Amino acid sequence: MTTRYTPDHEYIRTEGRIGTVGISNYAQEQLGDIVFVELPSVGTAFKKGDEVAVVESVKAASEIYAPVSGTVTEINEALNDDPGLVNSDPAGSGWLFKLELSDDGELDGLLNEAAYAESIA
Amino acid sequence: MAQGSDANIRKTALFDRHVAAGARMVEFAGYSLPIQYAGIVAEHQHTREAASLFDVSHMGQIVAKGPDHEATVAALEYLTPADLSALAAGEMRYTVLLNERGGIEDDLMITRPAAGEAPEGELWLVVNAGRKHHDLALLRANAPEGITFDLRDELSLLALQGPKAAEVLAKHTDLAGRLTFMQTGRSAINGIPVQVSRAGYTGEDGFELSAANGDAPALFDLLMADPLVAPAGLGARDSLRLEAGLCLYGHDMDDTIDPVSAGLIFAIGKCRRAEGGFIGAETVLQRIAEGIDETRVGIRFEGRQPVREGAQLVDASGTAIGRITSGSFTPTAQASIAIGYLPKNLAQQGADVTALVRGKPVAGTIVRMPFVAHRYIRKTA
Repeated sequence: MTTRYTPDHEYIRTEGRIGTVGISNYAQEQLGDIVFVELPSVGTAFKKGDEVAVVESVKAASEIYAPVSGTVTEINEALNDDPGLVNSDPAGSGWLFKLELSDDGELDGLLNEAAYAESIA
Repeated sequence: MAQGSDANIRKTALFDRHVAAGARMVEFAGYSLPIQYAGIVAEHQHTREAASLFDVSHMGQIVAKGPDHEATVAALEYLTPADLSALAAGEMRYTVLLNERGGIEDDLMITRPAAGEAPEGELWLVVNAGRKHHDLALLRANAPEGITFDLRDELSLLALQGPKAAEVLAKHTDLAGRLTFMQTGRSAINGIPVQVSRAGYTGEDGFELSAANGDAPALFDLLMADPLVAPAGLGARDSLRLEAGLCLYGHDMDDTIDPVSAGLIFAIGKCRRAEGGFIGAETVLQRIAEGIDETRVGIRFEGRQPVREGAQLVDASGTAIGRITSGSFTPTAQASIAIGYLPKNLAQQGADVTALVRGKPVAGTIVRMPFVAHRYIRKTA
């Protein structure tokens, strides 16, 4: 299991061909209290960089971009009633959606844990 | 993120206090101000349950001065539609500055100092931060000879807001118990001269405290030392005023919207609605007599999707019929609420409306404002 990051603060944690996507702890801190999350439909295909979800705080809406290309296999339904999970546990129960990667090679273009930590320091 | 390091961005006298309290600073109306400390939701809830301290020193504190009270009142009764002749000493009014077309140039508070607490002929104005230089020019250009307007940049403004605000302030001044909503007086708080006004922008009971910049940090520290008080930033200020159904200039009203359409008829003195005699009176009196085309409404949407400024309101066929001017999912209402404009004939309470957010319909209902009841402490006659 490896976790990689985009410069836009999304993470993708992969196990085989399935990746779990969320936003980093730094991102949730910056956004503040999340009050609504719009998630994609299961089965939707995205290209790397497409707008795939929207995370909204009291103050503003922030687009979430697909870290890699793939097809959505599952969404985090718990966020419908409790979007605050994105704040309280962004790397765990506050995940957004899972996708099946269409090109593992795209992961190489993302930041590893150390590089991401350095980018926000 | 704006960090306030730009040399052109101004700091209030409390800048160091905000940074020390862990605030996230943003640029707003040319000032570096806290958007939040602990978080917008926590600060919002604390304001509804206890007392929050806001730094609103960016707002424009203006002194209007004429040879005597009557002359200053006469000048401001031309410049605004407020009934200032009837304003008692030690009381304040909410009103608007209008242009010749009746559009709102700004909204403001006008205070008549209590007897003996200010030089003869002074009225005090508090205007929006982003409009203060504009307003000053407008006031000066339209005032008669002998009436002057000066920006009091040497003053800070703090707002202590919430159901415990009076309890907190009563530990420092007996004015806390004597003033009622929209009344003002001068006091010394721990030796600091402070102009205390029972008013605010949250829908809660509370006070606005005007003090010299040099004294503001000590006043801030004194109030913050109270366990009932926590600091709150611009984010909570916005969500609180939205729940209170209060307009934000440049969003829910602007220079193209008249006060009748904006639902601000209470900002126009009753006798003045008949007599006119103020800038923009022609339009305002015509709107009152003949009715308005569109009106400001409150909307409560289903679900949690925030419907923000700029979202269109559409009819069943998808045709645009109105627009949202402020909106969010807010902490006390626990609902997606919004302020917007609709044609008058479609603006009945209880009517269904649909907004478009990223192309998707969000269903809502027109409701009475405020969304959360005001809890002002009014004078009992």
